[in-house]
Amino acid sequence: MNRLAARFAALKKEGRTAFVPFITAGDPDMETSFAILEKLPSCGADIIELGMPFTDPMADGPAVQASSVRALKSGATMAKVFKMVEKFRKIDKTTPIVMMGYYNPIHAHGTARFAKDVAAAGVDGLIVVDLPIEEDEVLRLPAKAQGVDVIRFVTPTTDDARLKRIVADASGFLYYVSVAGVTGTKSVPEDEVRAALARVRAVTDLPCAVGFGIRTPEQAAAIAALADGVVVGSAIVSLVAANLNGGKDKVIAEVLGLTRTLAGSTHAARHGKVPA
Amino acid sequence: MNQIPNSLRAGPDASGHFGAYGGRFVAETLMPLVLSLEQAYEAAKKDPAFHEELSGLLTHYVGRESPLYFAERLTAHLGGPKIYLKREDLNHTGAHKINNCLGQILLARRMGKTRIIAETGAGQHGVATATVAARFGLPCTIYMGDVDMERQKPNVFRMRLLGAEVKGVSSGSRTLKDATNEALRDWVANVHDTFYIIGSVVGPHPYPAMVRDFQTVIGNETRAQMIDREQRLPDLIVACVGGGSNAAGMFHPFVDDAGVEIHGVEAAGDGVDTPRHAATISKGSPGVLHGARSYLLQDSDGQIIEAHSISAGLDYPGVGPEHSWFKDIGRVKYYAVTDKEALDAFMLLSKLEGIIPALEPAHAIAHVCKVARQMNKDQIIAVCLSGRGDKDIFSVAEKLGEKL
Repeated sequence: MNRLAARFAALKKEGRTAFVPFITAGDPDMETSFAILEKLPSCGADIIELGMPFTDPMADGPAVQASSVRALKSGATMAKVFKMVEKFRKIDKTTPIVMMGYYNPIHAHGTARFAKDVAAAGVDGLIVVDLPIEEDEVLRLPAKAQGVDVIRFVTPTTDDARLKRIVADASGFLYYVSVAGVTGTKSVPEDEVRAALARVRAVTDLPCAVGFGIRTPEQAAAIAALADGVVVGSAIVSLVAANLNGGKDKVIAEVLGLTRTLAGSTHAARHGKVPA
Repeated sequence: MNQIPNSLRAGPDASGHFGAYGGRFVAETLMPLVLSLEQAYEAAKKDPAFHEELSGLLTHYVGRESPLYFAERLTAHLGGPKIYLKREDLNHTGAHKINNCLGQILLARRMGKTRIIAETGAGQHGVATATVAARFGLPCTIYMGDVDMERQKPNVFRMRLLGAEVKGVSSGSRTLKDATNEALRDWVANVHDTFYIIGSVVGPHPYPAMVRDFQTVIGNETRAQMIDREQRLPDLIVACVGGGSNAAGMFHPFVDDAGVEIHGVEAAGDGVDTPRHAATISKGSPGVLHGARSYLLQDSDGQIIEAHSISAGLDYPGVGPEHSWFKDIGRVKYYAVTDKEALDAFMLLSKLEGIIPALEPAHAIAHVCKVARQMNKDQIIAVCLSGRGDKDIFSVAEKLGEKL
């Protein structure tokens, strides 16, 4: 059992929903983002979504775009991101890390080599925004051979026929994109999420995390009552931008503070079953 | 690795690949829409009513067919092969872009979409999109990089006159690449009612094939006109390549004719050995951007490198996947022409033929000036003059140190 499966199994036993914060590796610089990363588990992160910066993040809204720009400006590279995960693994052997990014940097690295390198660094899953099921085999198979899950998306535009194809080769967990749009721009529609999760659970036993449009403790709690995982990204990386002038310690404190708050409300919400 | 099929015109395959290029690399939210677009396009292709309506509009609204003009003085000046210009600059809106926009907006109507979006670099595709949106009474939003809005002011004003909303894009290099990112973001947020009219042979399948098909009218006419005038095919076909739509349309009817040599001309900016160029095929490497696998300008970490060209329409770090395939199999040869060479050709054609070309096809003309010297008088070159240069007079004046 890999770290992702183990974590979801443990959470299920406890009747808890996973809190999944997103940060971009290297935002605002490698050192500060590592300082954030290493403290995320103690602030309530059950799984960490670590963004690989890309010059053209076309599925992301302004907040995540800006975090990518900051990371690249500060000199973030693929090699440094791998090192960061390696360093984290020396101090934390259980918190799963899922790397999120776009396909071109992976393609440039070579998919087989990438799968090996992320596995060696201690990554547990990959979320590749622009690699739909029609194209993901080239990464999914080598990743699987290394014990790394390629996480598939379900969205408001996914119909039942496509949903079946998505879950057929899915592993790790499913990522439900709660709104049609880019990250951090619209608010999560609770009723639609409830209906969508019922559809997903009718066809798979895989855990399903929900992301896009969750910013506040109230939204996190509402979604936590429905889903197996709550992902928050834009609200967190926005705090990096907002506190840059206050210095690195301030950035770290603010990001971790919000993580604690959101994790708290996620964990307080009872992990209810979706009503039939 | 790549089997070369009997006809080079048959591509792409069912999953949208030209050899190792193309495909559908988009967010999951967009995939159902991309697949339904493909179905709608396949159905339209088989529907005579669709072709009839498109052909009527091309004749009566665009003013096709466009002339194939024998450039007598340019030919004499260069002292070599006969040079013919395919006059896409004479189309309504002043460039080849309208051919594709009409096809796509008819498709949008068939799909019941009620809102149009597009990206634009030089503004030619934006103007053409705004034009067809006005013609069919659909609201329209055009994304354009801030840098391009500054250097293509007349086109920004034109789009607004036509009723389009022009949204400036201030991220990244603030040019065509970033406008495309922003259009994709709009599309993913408005999938239910919005049709994205992509302006070049780029993007996820079926766009590269569909845009090529709509532009193939250029090559089909050229072929028929050439046979009519010269009773034979040209020896060489030349077109400029940014994303590559005028080239794709010009080349397609000739790719199976072994006797016809084909050259695509990219923008070398300050020079292909400087950091400032847009010669994606000549200097790039395969990667994935904006929905397709193709040649890209990128660093070793897969980060996209910003392109540079005097011509806003060629200022793009990617290229259509079919061009990448043509490069690899050797069917088309790709060259690059600097800003300075393109400017010289811009002036030359204006003075010799009384035709002010857009800066994009000025690159093709500059290439013709070079290769004509190695060809003889019995030979024939057909060049796609993809657009007129009125939009470029401000950038050219600035380069020449004149204030308008």
